Amino acid sequence: MSAPASDRPGGPAGEREPPPPRRGIVARLRQNLFATVPSAVATILLVAGLAWFLPRAVRWLFLDAVYAADYPACRALDYRAACWGFVAEKHRVILFGRYPYAEQWRPLVATGLFLLALALTAHPRAWRRWVAAAWFPVAVIFLLLLRGGVAGLAPVDPSAWGGLPLTIALTALVVAGSIPLGVVLALGRRSRMPLVRGVSTLYIELVRGVPLITVLFVASFLFPLLLPQGLRLDALARVALGMTFFQAAYMAEVVRGGLQALPRGQGEAAEALGLSWWKVQQRVILPQALVLVIPSFVNSVLSTFLDTSLVTVVSLYDLTGALRLALGDPQWRNFFLEGYLFVGAVYFAFSFAMSRYSRWLERHLGRWVRV
Amino acid sequence: MNPVRFSWSSRSGRALVFQAALLIVLVVAGWALWRNTAHNLAARGIRSGFAFLDQRAGFDIGEGVVPYTPDDTFLRAFAAGIANTLRVSLLGILLATPLGLVVGLGRLSRNVLVRTLATVWVEVLRNVPLVIQLFAWYLVLTQLLPDPASPLVLAPHVYLSKGGLQLPMPVLAGGHLALERPEVTAFGVSGGLSLTPEFLALLFGLVTATSASIAEIVRSGVLAVPRGQTEAAAALGLPHRRVIRRVVLPQALRIIVPPLTSQFLNLTKNSSLAVAIGFPDVVSIANTAINQNGQALECILLIMSVYLTINLLTAAAMNVYNRRVALVER
Repeated sequence: MSAPASDRPGGPAGEREPPPPRRGIVARLRQNLFATVPSAVATILLVAGLAWFLPRAVRWLFLDAVYAADYPACRALDYRAACWGFVAEKHRVILFGRYPYAEQWRPLVATGLFLLALALTAHPRAWRRWVAAAWFPVAVIFLLLLRGGVAGLAPVDPSAWGGLPLTIALTALVVAGSIPLGVVLALGRRSRMPLVRGVSTLYIELVRGVPLITVLFVASFLFPLLLPQGLRLDALARVALGMTFFQAAYMAEVVRGGLQALPRGQGEAAEALGLSWWKVQQRVILPQALVLVIPSFVNSVLSTFLDTSLVTVVSLYDLTGALRLALGDPQWRNFFLEGYLFVGAVYFAFSFAMSRYSRWLERHLGRWVRV
Repeated sequence: MNPVRFSWSSRSGRALVFQAALLIVLVVAGWALWRNTAHNLAARGIRSGFAFLDQRAGFDIGEGVVPYTPDDTFLRAFAAGIANTLRVSLLGILLATPLGLVVGLGRLSRNVLVRTLATVWVEVLRNVPLVIQLFAWYLVLTQLLPDPASPLVLAPHVYLSKGGLQLPMPVLAGGHLALERPEVTAFGVSGGLSLTPEFLALLFGLVTATSASIAEIVRSGVLAVPRGQTEAAAALGLPHRRVIRRVVLPQALRIIVPPLTSQFLNLTKNSSLAVAIGFPDVVSIANTAINQNGQALECILLIMSVYLTINLLTAAAMNVYNRRVALVER
């Protein structure tokens, strides 16, 4: 293709190659930063703003900051720089909440195990049937480590669970519970039976129409009233159940997206073969529909993860609640900005990783799984 | 019409049996829950019914546009809460939409600096929980700002301090419009329009967080417009800005409007996080009422119906707008 186009036999006369792309730093700068007058103005304003802001931010955050848990040194800073000493002093409370201090290795090991299992099964190449089965013991060990009462571990009441392990446990419980419920609701919404369709649609739309906080209110105020006397659920179980009911409505819409993307012929062909409705869904429709929605599924895990921060409103000490617990110390309460930056960074790290993972799956899933 | 045959071997017969079973399960479950609730309420000595709405509320509400004193009824307290929810949501929507549009277009800018900044804005705000953002904004506004006696002066007669934001407010004085300007006194700022730190933190948090979501919608809407459209417009000699304004945005709008509607509803629903920072929206009022009289069922039903009504009205309004921007096909 390097020959001029006009030399090609049959090519229209006078057609020329496009000009070669401009190379070199100056040309690239001009293209990227000073292409037009408004672009140049924006560049100059932003460079000026960043030149003012960035050095100050770096000095406040890192260079002038106090890293040791040294209260007088932090006090002496008088807010002119960050006091990471607060995080150094309180990191155990922030990360583990009210979990007994001496036993905090247990949630640490449990979280480590969970994240390791997550990392090992993240790649589609690891998606085998036995891997799904291997997740079950991981979940059991996670909960047993936290709960104790076996193998000589001191029992720890769920009301004392807190921090990052609680955030992770809550996310995992809610996701695990909302998948089956969501699949049932999605199939129900597409059912040919008017009552089934009506009930599913009503449930999904009602739940999606109200804020999560009302569902948490239902969980903490109403569940105790709805249950028969004598049967009591602890706060964590109630909140997990409430969030599962909430998330199931969103999960149903994710699954419905996959069901709608399948050509009608799939279901019709399976029916024509004489398969029952259940067999059609189980063997033909769901395996294809669920694979299609894996990236949106990861996004919905992500939003559940971020949503768990709301449980602090109904007095559970998840990562957010644990930070507020740590800020309850009158000596350190003035260093809230450092605390929120730290916890925000933890949330960000998990959330950003998940959103990148979802985007990566969206692009490359087809390589390992038939989409 | 075919007569319905009750036969297990026909699809319609099985469907009928299945639905009858479902109906029975739902009715029995509903009845059991109802009985439990009535039993539990009686055991705890909690009354039921909406009669409490006519009683004296007795608690104070920090701010609002509906006049309210602790001597007013629960009904009026709820009205004040609903008004506060609507106030912060409407203002939030009005501010978040243009901000989201700018950030979304910034994500597509050819200027690498603008693009990077817009990307950082979106990624940070979308990957940190809104609750964390609200707590942080609230503490910044109430702890790090100067005292009301020596406020920051943002513009002539616009003051920002721990006491909130004070702005000049147009008022009717003696039949003609005048501007009431806030003044700094020894006890703080007085006069003019005063916005509390709770309101500001909630508004600011909602606007910034929603702008990030709106930006993503705008970006994908613009990207969905076929390249040929842009190239054809450019080939006609239109400058870049007019290509965006006249060719790309009108077409992108059709893709943008439906998800934008759900973002507006999200913002309204997220305003319920007000309860975390003490802004008296409808959820906070309900929370206070529940703590006072224990009538959780009624109060939660009230909140839910408020949000469902807002949802239905917004959806209806956006459908009207959507029909106007939708492609007119012959």
